[in-house]
Amino acid sequence: METNRNKVKVPFWLTMLLLSGTALSGLVLAKSVKAGTSASQTQARSIRTDSGTEGTQPDGYQVGDIVANFRLKNVDGRMLSLSDFTSQKGVIIVFQSNHCPFSKAYEDRIIALDRKFNTQGYPVLAINPSDPTSYPDDNIDQMQYRARTKGYTYPFLSDDKQVVAQAFGASRTPQVFVLKNNGAGRFMVQYLGTIDDNPQDPAGVTKRYVDDAVSNLLSNKPVVITTTKAIGCAIKWREM
Amino acid sequence: MRKLFFVYLMAAFSSVLAQVPVGKEPLAADTLAAASPESTPVLKVKWGALDSLMSSSTDTTYIINFWATWCRPCVAELPHFEQVRQDYARHKVRVLLVSMDFAKDIEDRVIPFVDRMKLKSTVWLLNEPDANSWIEQVDTSWSGALPATLIINSARPRRMFFEKALDYETLARELSYFIEY
Repeated sequence: METNRNKVKVPFWLTMLLLSGTALSGLVLAKSVKAGTSASQTQARSIRTDSGTEGTQPDGYQVGDIVANFRLKNVDGRMLSLSDFTSQKGVIIVFQSNHCPFSKAYEDRIIALDRKFNTQGYPVLAINPSDPTSYPDDNIDQMQYRARTKGYTYPFLSDDKQVVAQAFGASRTPQVFVLKNNGAGRFMVQYLGTIDDNPQDPAGVTKRYVDDAVSNLLSNKPVVITTTKAIGCAIKWREM
Repeated sequence: MRKLFFVYLMAAFSSVLAQVPVGKEPLAADTLAAASPESTPVLKVKWGALDSLMSSSTDTTYIINFWATWCRPCVAELPHFEQVRQDYARHKVRVLLVSMDFAKDIEDRVIPFVDRMKLKSTVWLLNEPDANSWIEQVDTSWSGALPATLIINSARPRRMFFEKALDYETLARELSYFIEY
């Protein structure tokens, strides 16, 4: 992971208000945290380590893993499977959602990726991992509306049961998995993470992670940066 | 008015900076901020500001919450952080709300939101779009999803990280490992 530190002299805590508050009242009854709420039946674990981390995080695909086939409903009403892409060199899977501004900020760039790479054998396949009961903006009607008005050039599948997002170990939107077709329908993860290094300003992008990864794969070169992290909207898992 | 306060704040602080060696808590800040409780400036900062706070040697426990105005679970948990700030005011506990909103939205979205929610905690907007360069430095386990919270006291040293929404009880329970009563 590269770090690009811009050291700026900002005093480390400028304006902490010291308002006298009420004293800590009594003992706090520790209500048990719903660790595992976000867990799928099989694929999540609660993490609590000595280094001090707590949270729920689904296990998921890592670089080098083979992705299991899935079948979801597209905004055109038809069912679509990963196995429908076996004639392609690979697939750019994008978990994206309607309700998330970070995800929306990337829509034009996702369309551009599809326009650039679809004809070269790496089409975009977008999946909405939101539970529409939590986010009505992500129901199939709203997905259809968004795909039509924004002019999505790629399929937009509804994973409203979140089975595929769980299998992938997706944690947020937007999040990308670049898969390479190794033949015989074996799709292998080659890159996972964010699209580029500047969600705020497309003009300010200096590192095009997905573009670089797919370009390298197309010229039979190894992917250099295989994993990145980025801010995104947490996927709110259904209550099990 | 806000601008005036800001200029005053900056001027005051540069003088503080000139005298106080790095790593010491500038005592003026509390009185300064308390002097005008109506104004809640949202500071746009770079990673260096957060980094130096996270490695502060002042035996202060920082609750650093990563949020955004557009993140619904983040907004829902903000009152718990405000409550903790009030209830632990007598302790060396500081709440810092680090907004992940876009820098261009600071005037039109973030500051009005902070005013509307009457947030009294310190609010920073971390203007570092290349999140991949710093997310792991907050915590190696963090995927980047919001909300996320780091409780850290570098002097002890002790840290806890949560990639999920927190409630008051959880915050209070975790804080009990950081402070002495």
